[in-house]
Amino acid sequence: MVIGAAAVTIMLQAAFYRHHLAAVVLTLLGLALSLASLLPASRYLPRPVTPLLVLDRFALFYVGLILAACIGVTLLSYGYLKIRTGEYEEFYALLLLATLGAMVLVTSSHFVSFFLGLELLSVSLYVLIAYVRTEGRPLEAGLKYLILAAASSAFLLFGMALIYAQAGTLAFGGAASWVRAGTDAPSLYLMTGLALMITGIGFKLAVVPFHMWTPDIYEGAPAPVTAFVATVSKGAMFAFALRFFNQTEGHGYRSLTLVFSLMAIASMFAGNLLALMQDNVKRILAYSSIAHLGYLLVALLAAGSLAVEAVTFYLVAYFVTTLGAFGIVAVLSGREGDADAMADYRALFWQRPGIACVFTAMLVSLAGIPLTAGFVGKFFIVTAGIGSALWGLVLVLVLNSAIGMFYYLRIIVTMFSQPSAGHLATTPAPLPAYTHGGAMVLAVLMLLLIWLGVFPGFMLRMIQQTAQSLL
Amino acid sequence: MILAWVIAIVLSGGLLAWSLERMGPHWPRWISVAALVIDLVLALTMWWMGYVGLTKMEHSGGWLAEADWDWIPRFGIRFHLAADGLSLLLVLLTLFLGIASVGASWTEVKERVGFFHFNLMWVLGGVLGVFLALDLFLFYFFWEMMLVPMYFLIGIWGHENRVYAAIKFFLFTQASGLLMLVAIVSLYFVHHASTGVYTFDYFRLLGTPLQSSTGMWMMLGFFIAFAVKLPAVPFHTWLPDAHTEAPTAGSVILAGLLLKTGAYGLMRFVVPLFPEAAHAFAPMGMALGVIGILYGAVMAFAQTDLKRLVAYTSVSHLGFVLIGVFAWNELALQGAIMQMICHGISTGALFILVGALAERIHTRDIRRMGGLWSVVPRMAGVGMIFALASLGLPGLGNFVAEFLVLLGAYRANIILAAIATVGLVTATIYSLSLVQRTFHGPNTAGWAPPDFSIREMAVMAAMIAAIVWLGLYPQPVLATARPTLTGLQQYAVQGLHLREDIP
Repeated sequence: MVIGAAAVTIMLQAAFYRHHLAAVVLTLLGLALSLASLLPASRYLPRPVTPLLVLDRFALFYVGLILAACIGVTLLSYGYLKIRTGEYEEFYALLLLATLGAMVLVTSSHFVSFFLGLELLSVSLYVLIAYVRTEGRPLEAGLKYLILAAASSAFLLFGMALIYAQAGTLAFGGAASWVRAGTDAPSLYLMTGLALMITGIGFKLAVVPFHMWTPDIYEGAPAPVTAFVATVSKGAMFAFALRFFNQTEGHGYRSLTLVFSLMAIASMFAGNLLALMQDNVKRILAYSSIAHLGYLLVALLAAGSLAVEAVTFYLVAYFVTTLGAFGIVAVLSGREGDADAMADYRALFWQRPGIACVFTAMLVSLAGIPLTAGFVGKFFIVTAGIGSALWGLVLVLVLNSAIGMFYYLRIIVTMFSQPSAGHLATTPAPLPAYTHGGAMVLAVLMLLLIWLGVFPGFMLRMIQQTAQSLL
Repeated sequence: MILAWVIAIVLSGGLLAWSLERMGPHWPRWISVAALVIDLVLALTMWWMGYVGLTKMEHSGGWLAEADWDWIPRFGIRFHLAADGLSLLLVLLTLFLGIASVGASWTEVKERVGFFHFNLMWVLGGVLGVFLALDLFLFYFFWEMMLVPMYFLIGIWGHENRVYAAIKFFLFTQASGLLMLVAIVSLYFVHHASTGVYTFDYFRLLGTPLQSSTGMWMMLGFFIAFAVKLPAVPFHTWLPDAHTEAPTAGSVILAGLLLKTGAYGLMRFVVPLFPEAAHAFAPMGMALGVIGILYGAVMAFAQTDLKRLVAYTSVSHLGFVLIGVFAWNELALQGAIMQMICHGISTGALFILVGALAERIHTRDIRRMGGLWSVVPRMAGVGMIFALASLGLPGLGNFVAEFLVLLGAYRANIILAAIATVGLVTATIYSLSLVQRTFHGPNTAGWAPPDFSIREMAVMAAMIAAIVWLGLYPQPVLATARPTLTGLQQYAVQGLHLREDIP
């Protein structure tokens, strides 16, 4: 972890050489180095790194996941930025900073480090989202994100302050033991504090009712950044929520579980129903991600090791799938803007069968159909839910997967619809944003998707060890 | 081991067909046929060996071949395939109809031939998996796996309204499948609660002690999934659309095979796993069957689209299967199995015929047909034979099946059996009117399409031979299925006794 952070800093300085490819290579090198450093680091587990951070298997797993995702995003960004004018080098520096923030988030065991990581992540994202300055939409999206994220941070900070005022400590473990020692009726301070914190966390996760920003940001941000927001930012936050929820033994509070249940149900329904009405692929994916976070909340509410494993596996599957889906959008995007209108996908299969098949696989995985990672993930969540007898939530989930199927199918249908007669004759123009790196990322993601879907055994063993370290 | 090969050959045949598309449109076709024929030979060998050593089969509970590997140990999921008489018969039917449907789409499908055959083979692979899987997770895996390629078959190569039909088909089966998943997982936990073992294995889950209310809920979870596929009447609305809009091969596979997976599931899982709940539900199930028979027949008679007509006859015929399963005695079950096989062949043949006719005259509207007998005598003759099979003429397979079901049902419930018998009369009406309106009368539109080619006649001849053989000498089928049926009935009885022991 320390090595990883160091590598990231070195890279930051190096990235100021004004050369696009060099910046990319250096970024990748740094990421790969940090990823490799996880292996020796895994021997000294678990150990607290300063009182603020803790490095256990759980943290290590998520750090690895985040780094891997970031490598994918970097490769995809190269092609995407190549065709746009402007300076790119800071993009990668910011990307690394955001990654660092996410890493701090998943390793934090203290409110201070949690807040630091969160701010590092958010501040970098403000800029990343608005990075392509020549277009109007990214700028608007960046500004929107800035305002809302700042407000949510303020909520979070206030919530932490209230809890601190009561508990007298900012470490999770300390706060938890204070709560356990306390009286049965939680005080007003604590309740308010928790409520404010949920607001802050809920905003980052984009669960209903804090989801308003998602579609606009997803639509406005450049596709690789959207992929980053959807995977790394949300994933890190969810990992944190999982740790927080488990360490403070959140299952014990009826009011807390009730709030989360309501949020889960609302997210599933709102996400899926609103996605039905969209005509923009990025917006559809945005609403579907709201629904997916709802599914994840169901797993979070289930108790025990199965829940942790379910969340972790689902997140892995979700990372692979979402990166793949936005990767496709990034690869298809032209100079003028992102390929996000339904029309951009019409008859795609007949012109670029390879890309269409990868996208189909990603959508099928989001829908949770066998042979893909999404299926195992969904099975996992249903199992966790039933194992904890959350019948209502599981039934809502089942109903929602059926609704969700509908809009995934719509995109697939569009891709496979017959081209008009004159359309087919012209051979498709080469993709402007195509790079070998991007294509490789998509190929690897596709393989991962099927591997996890058919032989999940290896990943499950890893996740099982991860989960044990948390409990 | 051999079972894993059977599935693997079909799936890899599909991949190969897709990748060799660039070598020419005939490559995917021949590769598909070759893969299916190899499989058919394998399956026939297995059948022959089992049939010769029938006594041995009875000792091992009727299991002919097995493959059992660890798959996802975290959940106690195993890759467990096994074939007994029932599975084997349905595997044979799958491969037979698979070859027939490749033959039927030989000239019909001209675009993306490789991808078409890829989807076709993967549906078949999924269906084979469903018939062979003995791990409930694996079963669900295959159950869902066959949906996506089927969706593509309808959605890409279908007729005018294909997208609507494909989505409807997908949503119905998917949503009901998820209910089954919930039921499977609950059973898994209930089993763990009572034995401390996490497993999805069929044999271990048999006889899991259940409270009657939980048992009922789980049974319904399974039942709805299977009833949608079967289809039983309130859940049937996807079927006419999907059958009508699908390409010929799609219709053949839908009617011949996918519907059978529902029937198979009822027989293999619903009753043995939840004997008590199934027993309580039996009158309801049989009543649904009777409603299906009559409703399907009336609707079939009212159709003007030839494919839709045949689709509704499926609803009617599968009603007999539902009755047979819930009557749950040996005669009725034998009848249900016969009906599954005979309906697969006769309806499959009718769909091929209708597909060929529509390809030639570019309409499926019965009102525009008529007088075709003189111009296409071979088609008309074949059509006549299968219409007769469909109405249950003695000497053809469907008669044996329906007769056995009614005999068995009579023992279980006299009133319902009597009403179901009316179905035989209605079948006569729609079948004969089908022949009458299509082939007889004046040829007002002046059709003069080419008759069946040799390739098509070969497919038809094989199907006619099969249906006649089943009608005249059904003994091999009945004997193959018997050990399975005894086994299934034993499981159910044991389950009932086990449950009586819990206070």
